[in-house]
Amino acid sequence: MQDEELLDRLQRAAFGYFVEETNPANGLVADTSRKDSPASIAVVGLALSAYPVAVERGWLTREEAATRTLVTLRFFETSAQGQAADATGYKGFYYHFLDLESGKRVWRCEVSPIDTSLLCAGILTAGAYFTNAASIEAEIRALARELYARIDWDWARNGKATVAQGWKPDSGFLHYDWEGYNEAALLYVLGLASPTHPLPATSYAAWTATYQWERIYRWDLLYAGPLFIHQFSHAWIDFRMIQDSFMREKGSDYFENSRRAVDVQREYARLDPNEYGTYGLDCWGLSAGDGPGFRTMRVRGRERRFFEYTARGVPYGPDDGTIAPMAALASLPFAPALALSAVRHFLDLYPEWAETWRLPSGFNRVAPGADSRGWISEGCFGLDQGIAVLMIENHRSGLLWKLMRNSHPIRTGLKRAGFEGGWL
Amino acid sequence: MKTPYHLLIVGAGPAGLIAAEAAVSRGAKVALIERDLLGGTCLNKGCIPSKAIIRTSRLYREMRDAEHFGGRVPSGIAVDFPAVMERMRRIRARLSARGSAESLIARGIDVYSGEARFAGPDSVTVGGNALGFKKALVATGARPVRPPIPGLEEAGYLTYENVFDLTECPKRLLVIGGGPVGCELAQAFARLGSRVTLVQKDPMFLGHEERDAAQLISDAMARDGIEIHLDTQTTRVRVEGHDKIAELVRDDEKRTVAVDQILVGVGTAPNVQGLELEAAGVAYDHEGGISVDDFLRTSNRRIFAAGDVCGENKFPHVESAAGRIVVANALFWGRERLSAEVIPWCTFTDPEIAHVGIYVTEARRKNIPVKTFTILMHEVDRAITDGEEEGFVKLHVREGTGKILGATVVANHAGDLINEISLAMSAGLDLDALARVNQPYPTQSQAIRMAAAAHARSRRQAVRTWLTAKWLSW
Repeated sequence: MQDEELLDRLQRAAFGYFVEETNPANGLVADTSRKDSPASIAVVGLALSAYPVAVERGWLTREEAATRTLVTLRFFETSAQGQAADATGYKGFYYHFLDLESGKRVWRCEVSPIDTSLLCAGILTAGAYFTNAASIEAEIRALARELYARIDWDWARNGKATVAQGWKPDSGFLHYDWEGYNEAALLYVLGLASPTHPLPATSYAAWTATYQWERIYRWDLLYAGPLFIHQFSHAWIDFRMIQDSFMREKGSDYFENSRRAVDVQREYARLDPNEYGTYGLDCWGLSAGDGPGFRTMRVRGRERRFFEYTARGVPYGPDDGTIAPMAALASLPFAPALALSAVRHFLDLYPEWAETWRLPSGFNRVAPGADSRGWISEGCFGLDQGIAVLMIENHRSGLLWKLMRNSHPIRTGLKRAGFEGGWL
Repeated sequence: MKTPYHLLIVGAGPAGLIAAEAAVSRGAKVALIERDLLGGTCLNKGCIPSKAIIRTSRLYREMRDAEHFGGRVPSGIAVDFPAVMERMRRIRARLSARGSAESLIARGIDVYSGEARFAGPDSVTVGGNALGFKKALVATGARPVRPPIPGLEEAGYLTYENVFDLTECPKRLLVIGGGPVGCELAQAFARLGSRVTLVQKDPMFLGHEERDAAQLISDAMARDGIEIHLDTQTTRVRVEGHDKIAELVRDDEKRTVAVDQILVGVGTAPNVQGLELEAAGVAYDHEGGISVDDFLRTSNRRIFAAGDVCGENKFPHVESAAGRIVVANALFWGRERLSAEVIPWCTFTDPEIAHVGIYVTEARRKNIPVKTFTILMHEVDRAITDGEEEGFVKLHVREGTGKILGATVVANHAGDLINEISLAMSAGLDLDALARVNQPYPTQSQAIRMAAAAHARSRRQAVRTWLTAKWLSW
C-alpha cells in the first residue's frame, strides 16, 4: 500500500472516533471509547480542530461540520461557570472531565488550564475556518471570540510567575505549576494573547527558565521525556523556522527539537536498557497513554513495575515496555519516513489493526495479554485519535498550521513570547 | 580562670573535631566541650549508622535480584533485623574509637563533658569551670525538627536520633518527609521488610535536586514497594489499639494509613538553645541559627560558628571544611571563604544522587548560557556488566566553553563518581582536560570521560559547521 493511501485510511479511521463518540446534543466527546467514559474537554478541542479536516477531506459536509461545531460552542457558552462543585467551569476555564450528558464536572477533577488550552485551540480553529458569511458561521466566530475572551488566564497564575496546573473548588489551586519544557507552550501563547485577562510576558520567561538543553546520545535538544510533549502544541502552531530567545540562543527551533526527540526515542529503543527485547528502531513511541495496569513482574530477574495510563518517557522513564503507537504516528510531520516505518511495523505485528485502521492507545509485548503477543489497550482514546488526525493533516497539507498562522491570538501570543523569524 | 585557650570549641561533631585537631597540631591550646557523644550526629545518629543499614538492605535487594545477575535467589530469604542493628552498632563503635576522648586528650586537647554556656564575650562555663578564650568556635550542630502535627507527640515517633535504637523492624512504617533522611531510611526499611508509606508535602522528592534525578529515585523507591504520597500533608495522628493512624490530605482527597511506627525526617533546627549566646553578643535566631559571614565569623569577632548550627549545606564534609576554615581564619589571620569551597553532596539512596556546583535553573537565572552533556549509565560498559544501568552523569557546562559549572550523577556509586568532577572544579580543570584523562577500562567513571568526549565532539562539530557556512558564503 502506498504511503498516501495508508495515511488516508489511518486518518479517516481516527476521525471516525469523533463521529462515534460525540454526544450530538452538546458536542462533548468521550475521553475513551470504553463504557461510561466521561467527556474530556481536551478531546473536544481536538474534535473541533478535526472537523475542518473532515470537510476538506470530504468526510463531512461544511454544513455538518459547522452544525457540530456550533452545538459544541453553544454548550460551552451556556454551561455553568462558578465555584459550585458540579459546575462545568470557572473563570472561563473548564473542568478536565465532564459528564457526557449533563456537561457537569465528574470525578472531582480539577479546573484544567492545559486542557482548556487544547479546547481553546479547537475553538479558535473553528473561528479561523468558518469564515463564510452564513449566519451559522458568523455565530461560530462570535462564540469563539467570546469563549476565548472570558478565560481569566492571569487568575490561573495564583499570583505566581507561572500558571498552576489546576484548581479545585474545595482546596484551591494545585501545588504544581507549568514549568520546564512540556506541552504548555500552547497554554502560554494563548494566555499571552488574551485581549481581556492576559498572562504577563514574564510568565513565558518563567516557564522557559527551567528548560534544560541537553546532549542525549548524539543529539542536542530541549529535553522532555514523553513524546506527546513534543507534539501537542505543534498540532496548531507551525514552529518551523520561528524562534523564541531560548531557541535563538541554541540555534534551533521547536520543530527541529521534536525531530530530534524522535531520534532520541529510536536510539533508546535500540539500546533497550531494561532488556524487554521488544523495542527496536521501528518499535518506539514512549509517551502518555494507556498501560497494562498496576502490577509488578519479574523481567529477566529484575522486578519491573507496570502502569495504567501514565506519561512514559525516555531516557529517564518511566518505561514499562509499553509503546504508544499513535505517538509514533503523530511524529509524522517531524520525521515522516521514520514514523511511517514504525507504523508499518506495528501493522505487521498486529495485522488485525488493519481491519479498522484505528490504532489503540498502547501495547506491551512483555505484559501478559489475550495471546502471546502481549497486552493491547482496549478500545481507543480520544487524545490519541485526535492528535493523529491533526498531525497527519499537517503532514499532508499543513491545513491546521495555515489556519492558525492567520489566527490573531496565535500570532500575538507568539510575538509576546518573543518569537521571531520565519512566517511570523 | 585559667589561661585563656587559643581556641575553645563547643561541640565535638565533624567541624569541632577537625578544628580541634588542626589547631592543636599547629601548637594551639585547645578546649573541646561536648554535652553528648564525641563524633556528633553524623557518627552516632546519622550518616554512619544509616549507611551501615543501607548496605545490609542493599544486600537483601541483591539477593532478591540474584537471577538478574545469573545467580539463584536463595530460598527463604529472611531478614535478621537484630543482626542488622548489631552490625551497625559494631561499625559505629569501631569508628568512635578513632576519635575517643582518650585519643584527643593524648593529642593535647582539653576535653570537657557538659553543657557549655557563654558567660561573656570571651568566656564560657562548663560543669562549674570557667574557661576563657581568645577565639571560640560554636559547632553544636542541629536536632530534628518536630512537626506540629496534632496527636504526633502523644502517639510517639522516631527521628534519626532514635531510629537506630529499634530492636525490631516495624511491620508498617510511615515516613514523613521526602528529603535525604526520609528517602534513605524509607528505602532501607522497605528492603528490610517494612511496609513503608512515604509522605512528602512538596510535589517532588528531594526538592533541591534535578527533576530527572528525583524522578528516578521515586521510581526506584516505588519498585521497592514503598507507597508514595507526594504533595500530601499529614494532618493528624491518633492511636487505636496498637495502631498509629495518620490522616493524610492531598488537595481535597483525604485518606488514613495505619502503621506501627512513624519516622519523621522533615529537617533540622540549629542547636542554639542553652548556649546563652546573648551574653557573648552572638546574633542568632532559632530557625536559621547563628549568623555568620563568608569567613564564618559571628557578630562577635572572637567567635566563629560552623556546621549545622549556622549553615545551609548540612553535610558532615561541609562541616569538616568549615572547621579547617575557622582554624585558618581564627588563629592565623586567614581570609578563607566558605563560598570558595567546591562542595559536593550525595543522597545515599539506591541509586545514589550526587551533585556539585550549580544547577541549570540557577545558571539560567544568572543568564549563564548552559549546556548539559548527559551520559546514561546504560551507555557505560561497566555499569552494564555490574547490572547497575539506572542513572546518568550530567555535566553542566558554560555553553561554547569547557568550563564545568556543575554536575549531577545518579548511579549506584554516585557519591564516588562525583569526586572526579569535584576535583576538576576545585583545580580549575575544564572538560577538555577531563577528556584527556586515561582511565582503566571498564569502570563506571568512564561515564564522566564519555561526557567530556561528547563535549569535545560537539565543539569540533560546531567549528566544522562554522567553516562550512563560511566556505559556502564565499
